Amino acid sequence: MDTRFRTVVLLVLFFTAAFILRLFSLQIWQPEWKEKAVTLTSDRQSIPPSRGLFFDRHGQLLVGSRAAHDLMVLPRMLAEMDSTALSGAAQWAGMAVEDMEAALNKAKRYSRYKKSTVRRGIGMAEHARMASTIQSFPGFSFRSRPARNHIHGIAGHLIGEYAEASREDLSEDAFYRMGDHIGRSGLERVYELELRGVKGRTSVLVDARNRIRNTNQTESDDKPAESGQNLFLTLDLTLQQFAEQLMQNKKGSVVAIEPRSGEVLAMVSAPGFDPDMLVGSQRGPYYKTLVSDPDKPLFNRAVKATYRPGSIWKMVQGLVALQGGHIRPTTRFSCDRNIIGCHGPHTRDDLRNAVIHSCNPYFYKVMQRVVNAGEGNTKFERAALGLDDWRERVMAFGFGTNLGGRLPGTSKGSVPDSEYYDGIYGRRRWDFGTVYSIAIGEGELLTTPLQMANLAAILANRGWYRMPHFIHAVGLEGKPLGLGGRVDTGVDSIYFEPVIDAMRQVVEDPTGTARRARLDGIAVCGKTGTVQDEPRKDHSVFIAFAPQDDPQIALSVYVENSGFGGQWAAPIAALLMEQYLTGTVSNERRLNRILEADLMDPYEPEPENPAPQP
Amino acid sequence: MTRNSDIRRNIDGLTIVLFLVLAGLGWVNLVSAATGPDGAVEWGLGTLHGKQGLWLMVSLVLGFLILQVEGTFFIRTAWLNYGMQLLLCSLVLVIGKKVGGARSWFGFGGFGIQPSEFAKMGASLALAWYCSKEGGLNNFGQRFRAAVIVGIPAGLILLQPDAGTVLVFLGFVFAMYREGLSGAVLIVGFAAVVMAVLTILSGAGDLSYPFVGEANGIYRFWILFVVLGAGAIALLRNATLPRYRARITTQAIISAIAALMFSVVMHLALEEVLRPHQRERIQVLFGLEVDNPDADYNIRHAKTAIGSGGWTGMGWRNGPMTGYGFVPEQETDFIFCTWSEEWGLVGSTLFLILFASFILRILFLAERQRSAFSRVYAYSLGGILFMHMLINVGMVLGLAPVIGIPLPFMSYGGSSFMAFALMIAILVRLDAERFSVLR
Repeated sequence: MDTRFRTVVLLVLFFTAAFILRLFSLQIWQPEWKEKAVTLTSDRQSIPPSRGLFFDRHGQLLVGSRAAHDLMVLPRMLAEMDSTALSGAAQWAGMAVEDMEAALNKAKRYSRYKKSTVRRGIGMAEHARMASTIQSFPGFSFRSRPARNHIHGIAGHLIGEYAEASREDLSEDAFYRMGDHIGRSGLERVYELELRGVKGRTSVLVDARNRIRNTNQTESDDKPAESGQNLFLTLDLTLQQFAEQLMQNKKGSVVAIEPRSGEVLAMVSAPGFDPDMLVGSQRGPYYKTLVSDPDKPLFNRAVKATYRPGSIWKMVQGLVALQGGHIRPTTRFSCDRNIIGCHGPHTRDDLRNAVIHSCNPYFYKVMQRVVNAGEGNTKFERAALGLDDWRERVMAFGFGTNLGGRLPGTSKGSVPDSEYYDGIYGRRRWDFGTVYSIAIGEGELLTTPLQMANLAAILANRGWYRMPHFIHAVGLEGKPLGLGGRVDTGVDSIYFEPVIDAMRQVVEDPTGTARRARLDGIAVCGKTGTVQDEPRKDHSVFIAFAPQDDPQIALSVYVENSGFGGQWAAPIAALLMEQYLTGTVSNERRLNRILEADLMDPYEPEPENPAPQP
Repeated sequence: MTRNSDIRRNIDGLTIVLFLVLAGLGWVNLVSAATGPDGAVEWGLGTLHGKQGLWLMVSLVLGFLILQVEGTFFIRTAWLNYGMQLLLCSLVLVIGKKVGGARSWFGFGGFGIQPSEFAKMGASLALAWYCSKEGGLNNFGQRFRAAVIVGIPAGLILLQPDAGTVLVFLGFVFAMYREGLSGAVLIVGFAAVVMAVLTILSGAGDLSYPFVGEANGIYRFWILFVVLGAGAIALLRNATLPRYRARITTQAIISAIAALMFSVVMHLALEEVLRPHQRERIQVLFGLEVDNPDADYNIRHAKTAIGSGGWTGMGWRNGPMTGYGFVPEQETDFIFCTWSEEWGLVGSTLFLILFASFILRILFLAERQRSAFSRVYAYSLGGILFMHMLINVGMVLGLAPVIGIPLPFMSYGGSSFMAFALMIAILVRLDAERFSVLR
C-alpha cells in the first residue's frame, strides 16, 4: 500500500481517537459537566414542611396555616427590559419602579442561575390577579410557603412571631435558606425545633425557558416533607380571650395559673397586638406603629415587666417570719405609725388582721425581728446575716428567680441581698433602719406579674408550687420533661391558714379592700396592692385564688397607673375567676364598668370617689 | 447482460450497509432532536424529521438510479457537472434566499436547495478528471491548476458567505496529497496551526516588559521565537554534514522567517480584521477571558449536554439538555450533542468508529481502483467527509471554533444528505466497474 494512503489513514485514526478521548473527558472524567447539566435542567425545589399548629388546653385551634406567596425572579430567564417593560412589570407586581429595579439588580448580583425574592407576602387576591398574566413576564415565578393564621388573634406575646430568618439564622443552622421563616419570639422560638418539621425535596425537569416539563420522571430522589409537631398549650382559649377583652384600653397584665399543675391558663400583656396583622404584606407598616408606640405593645409585661410588690408582699413577709419562728399567728404589734405611716382604724393587730388592714408598722416590726435575728456582735453584722437568711426563704417562693422557663426575655425580678447593700453603703455600714422599706414591699424589691401569680398559686396550695409552664403537650409526646416539677417553699401549710383566712376577709368583709372581687357562691381569697409610681397614678394590683378549699385558679392582675388595688385589678380578677369557674359572668354592671374603662392616661384624675386605701 | 450482472456482483455491500446504517441512525436521532422528550412523536411533512425522511427516500431512489448509470458517464460529464455547479453557485449569489446573513439557498416552497453542498460533487469529479488526465500532480503547474479547480467553487461559496463550507474544501488536500502534492504541505499546515495557536495565546493579554512597561504579550513570543530559533538553527548547522550545511541552513532560516511573518500577519488579522464576535469565538475556544458572558453560551451548553450523557446516555428522546432547548442549532450543526447526550460515551464512540470506518472504507476503495479517476474521486469524497467530522465534531467538543457546518447523515438538511448520497452512489458504481478498464 502507498505510504501516503497510510498517512491519511493514520490522520483519520488519530483524530477519531482524539475525539473519543475528549468525549471520555467530558462525559466521564470531568463530572462537573454532568452536574452542570443537572443544575440547568432540573429545578430542585424544597418542599416546606407544614409547621406545627397551636391548640389550647381543650384542643381548640389557636394558630393555623395559610399559604403566602412570594414573587421570585430567575435573572437568567429575564428578558432585556427597557423602561416601558420595567414599569409594566412593576405595575403588574404592584411595586414602585425603583423598588422593582433595585430588586432585579440585587437578584442579578446574587446569581444569574438562582431564584431571588422580589416581593414577599402577596395576598390571595393579588396573587390570583398576577398569576393570570405571569406568562407575559418571563423569568418571574411564584413560591408559596406556609404562613401563620392566628385564628383568634390572641396571646401574641406568648405565641410569638414566625418571621423571615435573619442572616445570622441562616449561618447558624443549615436548615434555613434565604426567605425561610423561623420562630422569632415567644413559644414559636422556644419550640422551633419541634414545630418546624423536616423539609422534603423534589426536582422537576425544566426547559431552557424554565418551564416545568415531564414531571412524571421515574428516577428521582424526591422526599416528602414531614410536618412539625403540634403544640398543645395550657392556655384556656375562652379565659384568654376574655382577659384580653377586659384589658382593652388598659396597661398591665393578667397571669392565671392552675395552682395544682402550674399550668398557665391565661397570660395577657396590655396593650397587646393582633398577631395576625404581623403575617403577610401588612406586616411592615403595622410593625412600625407597634415599635413606635410609647406604650410598648410588643413588650410582654407579664414576664418582663418588674414592679415593686407593694402590700401583697406583706403576706410573704408574714409567712417567712412564721416559719422562721420570729412570730406566731397570735403575735401582736402596735400600729404606732411613728416611723412608717398606716391607714385605717386599727391599733394592735395580730397577723390575720394586719394582713386585712395591710398594717405597715406591723410588718415593719416583723421584718425587724427577721433581719436582726442573724447572729453577730453588731447590728450591722446581724442585719447582713439576717437579710441573707430572709432572702433565701423569699427566693424559695420563686422571687428573684426565673419562673418563665425557656420563654425568651423572662425577668427574674430582684430580691436584694447583703452584697447589694454593701455595694451601696459599704460593708457594715447599713442595718435594718436602712433597708426597712422592703418590709412592706417597697424599696429595692422587684417582682414580675408571673411571680405574683405564682405567689397566688403557692397560697392556694398552702406552701408549694409547680413551675409555671405553657405547654400541655408537644405533638403526641405529651408534656416535655422538666415542666411541672413540684417546688416546696419551705413554709409549713399550717402557717398559711391565718394568711388565707385574712385573704378571704379582704374580699368578703364589708370593710375589706377587695370587696369588688366578691363573687356569690364562690369563696375568693385575695389581696390588693397599690404600688406608687410618682408622679403618675398608682398601679392597681391584685392577686387571688378560688375557691378557697379547692383552688382551681390563681391569678395576678396588674393595671398600671389606674388607682388603688381594689379599684380595677380586683374586679377584673373576679370576672376572670367567675368566667373560668362557672362559664358565665353574673354581674353585668361590673363587667360593663371594666369594659368601658379607659385607663391609658397615667395622669388623668380619678373620676370616682376614692375609697379608703388599703 | 453478463456485464451488468458482473457489476451487480461487484457492488461493495459493506459501503452501502455502512451508509444505510449511518443514515438510519442519523434519521432516528433527528426524530429525537426534532420532537424533544415530551409527548408522542408527530409525523407528517410539516415536521423536520418528516421532511428529512422525504429527502432520504428521494436520495435513496436517486442513488439507486445512479447505480444503473455507467461509470464512463460521470467521467464524460465531469466538466459539465462542474460547470453547472459553478453556475448554480453564482446564481444563488443573485437570486438566493438570504438566511442568517448568507445567500446560500434556493427556496422552493417549504423546501430549499443549497448549491454549495452539491458543488463538492462537481469539484470532486473535475479534480478527478484533471488528475487522471495529467497522471498525477507532479509539478507546480499541475498543482496550481488543481488548486484553481477546487478554489473557484470555494471562492464562490466564500462570497455567500459560508466560511464553514469553504473550510470543508480543504478536504481536497488529501486527494491532492495522494496524487503527488508534497508532504511538506501537510507539515507546513501543521506548523501553521501550532504557530497560530501560540500567536493567539500570547497575543491575548498584556505583559509588563523591562524598560517599556505594559505591552501586548505577543512581543515576548516573537522575541523568544527569534532567540530560540537562532539557537536551534545554529545547533542544526553543527549537526548536519558539511555538504548539506549551507542548503539546510538557508531553508531553516527561510522557514523561520516565514513562520514569524505568518505569526505577525495572523496577529494583525486577529486584532484589526476580525469582528469582535469572531475574535470572541476564537478566544472562547482557547478558554481565554471574554468580556461578553454569553460569548461561549453555545459551546458551553454543547459540552454540558455531552457531559450529561455519561457512560450510556439518557436514552432516546430523553435528553433534557438537548430536548429542552438548552443547546442551540441542535437539529443541524449541534446534532452530535443530541446523539451524545442520549447514547452516552458508548454510543458516541460507536458513532465515531462507524463514521471513521466509513471514511476508511472509502479510502480503501480508492486504493483498489485501477482507474486514477475513481481513486481521486474517492479520496476527494473521503477527504470531504473527514473535514466535516473534524470541524463539526471538533466544534461540538470544544476543540475547534464555532463554525456552522452539518455533520453528514446526522444533521437536518436535505441538500447535504442528498449530495452525499449521490456522491456515494457514484463511488459505488465506479468501484463496481473497477475491473473494467475505464480509462
